[in-house]
Amino acid sequence: MNIFAKSTVTCAVSFATAIMATHAAAATEITVATVNNGHMIEMQKLTPEFEKAYPDIKVKWVTLEEGVLRQNVTQDIANKSGLYDVMTIGMYEAPIWAERDWLQAIDVSGDYDVEDILPSIRGGLSYKDTLYAAPFYGESSMVMYRKDLVKNAGMEINDRDSWDHIRDVAAAVHDPSNGVYGMCLRGKAGWGDNMAFMSTMANSFGARWFDEDWKPQLESAEWKSAVNFYVDLLNKYGPPGASSNSFNENLALFNEGKCGMWIDATIAASFVTDPKQSKVADQVGFAQSPYKVTEKGANWLWAWSLAIPAATKNADAAQTFIRWATSKEYIELVGNKNGWAAVPTGTRTSTYENPKFQAAAVFAEAELKAINSANPADSTLKPSPYVGVQFAAIPEFQAIGTTTGQMVSGALAGSMTVDQALKSANVSADRQMRQAGYY
Amino acid sequence: MTLNQQRKFKTLIIGFFSWLVACLLFFPIFWMFITSFKTELQAISIPPTLFFEPTLDNFSIVQERSDYLKHAMNSVVTSFGATIIALIIGVPAAYSMAFSPTKRTKDILLWMLSTKMLPAVGVLVPIYILFRDNGLLDSRIGLVIIFTLMNLPIIIWMLFSYFKDLPKEILEAARMDGATPWDEMMKVVLPLSIGGISSTGLLSIVLCWNEAFWSLNLTASEAAPLTAMIASYSSPEGLFWAKLSAASTLACAPIVIFGWFCQKQLVQGLTFGAVK
Repeated sequence: MNIFAKSTVTCAVSFATAIMATHAAAATEITVATVNNGHMIEMQKLTPEFEKAYPDIKVKWVTLEEGVLRQNVTQDIANKSGLYDVMTIGMYEAPIWAERDWLQAIDVSGDYDVEDILPSIRGGLSYKDTLYAAPFYGESSMVMYRKDLVKNAGMEINDRDSWDHIRDVAAAVHDPSNGVYGMCLRGKAGWGDNMAFMSTMANSFGARWFDEDWKPQLESAEWKSAVNFYVDLLNKYGPPGASSNSFNENLALFNEGKCGMWIDATIAASFVTDPKQSKVADQVGFAQSPYKVTEKGANWLWAWSLAIPAATKNADAAQTFIRWATSKEYIELVGNKNGWAAVPTGTRTSTYENPKFQAAAVFAEAELKAINSANPADSTLKPSPYVGVQFAAIPEFQAIGTTTGQMVSGALAGSMTVDQALKSANVSADRQMRQAGYY
Repeated sequence: MTLNQQRKFKTLIIGFFSWLVACLLFFPIFWMFITSFKTELQAISIPPTLFFEPTLDNFSIVQERSDYLKHAMNSVVTSFGATIIALIIGVPAAYSMAFSPTKRTKDILLWMLSTKMLPAVGVLVPIYILFRDNGLLDSRIGLVIIFTLMNLPIIIWMLFSYFKDLPKEILEAARMDGATPWDEMMKVVLPLSIGGISSTGLLSIVLCWNEAFWSLNLTASEAAPLTAMIASYSSPEGLFWAKLSAASTLACAPIVIFGWFCQKQLVQGLTFGAVK
C-alpha cells in the first residue's frame, strides 16, 4: 500500500471515528438526584430499559441521604446551578418551589394519563392546578399491628378506632419482660420525623399549627392534650429510648417482633410483610389511623416525586425520563420483573385496580383507603390558612417543625414538661412568623 | 515490692490501658467490618449477633449499584492532588516563616490557624456561588482546590514546627559554603526534614480522604469521592446498615492499607519535633 492509500485509509478511519464520537456525544446526559429508598434503587436498576427505549438519553444517578438531598437540591435550585436535571422532592417542596418559579411544569399531554394519578396526591403536587412534580410513590400513615398478640390479649383493632381504645390495646399487649412493647411511635426530633406523626395525632385531637391569622397555636388545649397523651402512651407502653426512634428504628423493632402496634408510613407495609426482612411477616394486620375528636388529618399524605428544576439545560430529556418513570407502563415493568408486591404504590388508581397487585399486596386496600382519606386542603377541625396534613406548606415550617420536634422529643425524654415544651415551641414559632412578616 | 517489680507492674498497667484504648478505638471499625457480612435482619437484631453465616451479598450489591472504582479514583486524585499542591505551597511558606521570621510571623500563623476554627457551613453559600460561577461544581479540580485550602493551615503549622527544630548552625554553614536560599531549602532543609514532610503529607491525605462536608455539597455525579458513596447508602425508609457497612469497609480499605504500610513514618513524624 502506498503512502497515499495509507493516508486515505487513516483519514477515513479518523473521520468515521470522529462521526461516531460526535454521535455518542450527541446523546443527552441527564443527572437525577434521589434518595436511597427501595423503589428509587429499583428505578436506578431499570435505567437500561429506559436507555434502550430512548437511546439518545443517558441517565446518571446521584443518590443521597434524605437530609443531604434536601440541602443539595435546595442549594442547586435556589442558586440556579443546573447540577441536576431531575430531582426527587416531596409534597412539601412542590407547591412552595412552584410558586417561586423554580420548577418546570410536568408535561402531562398525550398518553401520560394524568387522570389516573390519585386525586389527593395530584392535588398535593400541584400549584394553581398545574402539576409541578410527578409522583413516583406515595404514602399515608396507618396502624400496623400483630394480629397474634392482639388476639391473645382478647382485644380487637378496627379502622379508625379511638385513641383511647388504641391505648387500651397497647396496655393489653405490652409485655416488656418478653421483649414486646405495646406501642412503637416516632420520637426522634425532626419535622419529617416525630412531627410528621405528632401533627396527625394533634389534628385528630382538634389542634392546628396556625390560626387564620397565621398565629402559632402550639399552646392550645388541643395540642397540650395530644402531646400529653403521646408522651404518656410511649412512656408507659413504648420501647426504651423511644425519643431517639424514627422510621428505621421502629421498623427494626417491629420486624424483630418487639412491637405490638406501630403507626407509621404505609410504605412500611411492604417491609413488615416481607419474610426476608420480617420475623412476623405472616402476623401483621392493618387498620386506619385512630382519632380523638375528628377524623380530619388523622393520617398523613406524602409522595416522593420527580421534578425538573427551572435552570436545567436538558428539560426535554428530563420530561421524557419523568414521563417514563412515573407511567403505568413503568409500574407494569416492575411488576413483571420483580413481582407485583414490589411495585411503587400510592400513585395511580390503575395499580390498585390491577388484580395481580391486589393478589400480591395484602396491604393494598388499607393503603389506598388511607391515601384517599387524606386531604391536604382540609386537614384540621378548626379553619386553618395552610395546605398540608403533617406540615404547613410554607418555607418557615421546616425550622418551626424541627424546633417543635426537639421540644416534644425533650418532653418524651423527660427533660422538660409538656407545657414547657409547647410554650418554648410556640415562642420560637411566633418569633419566626413575625420575622417572616406574617403579622 | 522491689524496684524491678514496680517497674514491671507499671509497664503492665500502661500496657493494659494502651490495649484498652486501642480496642476501644478499633471496636467501631471491627463492628462495621463484621456487619458488612451480615444480612440486613442480622445487622439490626437485638441482642446483636456475633456468630452468623457470613454473606458477601452486601458487597455485590454495592458493586452493582455504585461505580466503586470511579469514586475511589476521585478520592485518590483529590487527596493526593490536594496534598501535593498544599506541600508545594506550604514548604516555602513554612521555610520562610521558620528561618526569616518578621514581627508579624506569629500573627500570620495564628490567623491561619484561626481559619480552621470557622465552621465550614458558615462559608458554604459564598463558596458554592464562587464554584458555580467558575464552573468548578462537581469537578475534581474544584475539590482539589477546596481540600488544598482546607489543609494548608495545618500543613504550614506542622512544617513550621519541624523546620524550627533544625539547628540554625547547619544553615549558616551552608551559607558559608556559598549556598543560595534555594540551595539551602532544597539541599539542606528538605533532606533533613523529609520525615516531617512525609508525615505531614500522610496526615493531609488521610484528612482529604475522610472529608465529607465539601465532598457532599460541591459534587454530584462526576467528582464524588468515596465519602459521597458511603452517604448514598443511608436510607430514610428501609433497612440499610449491612449495605452501608459494606460500602464503608470498601471505602476505608485503601487508606487503611496505605496507613498500615506508612505507619512507621507517620508515628515517627508525628512524635518528632519540639512542640510535640
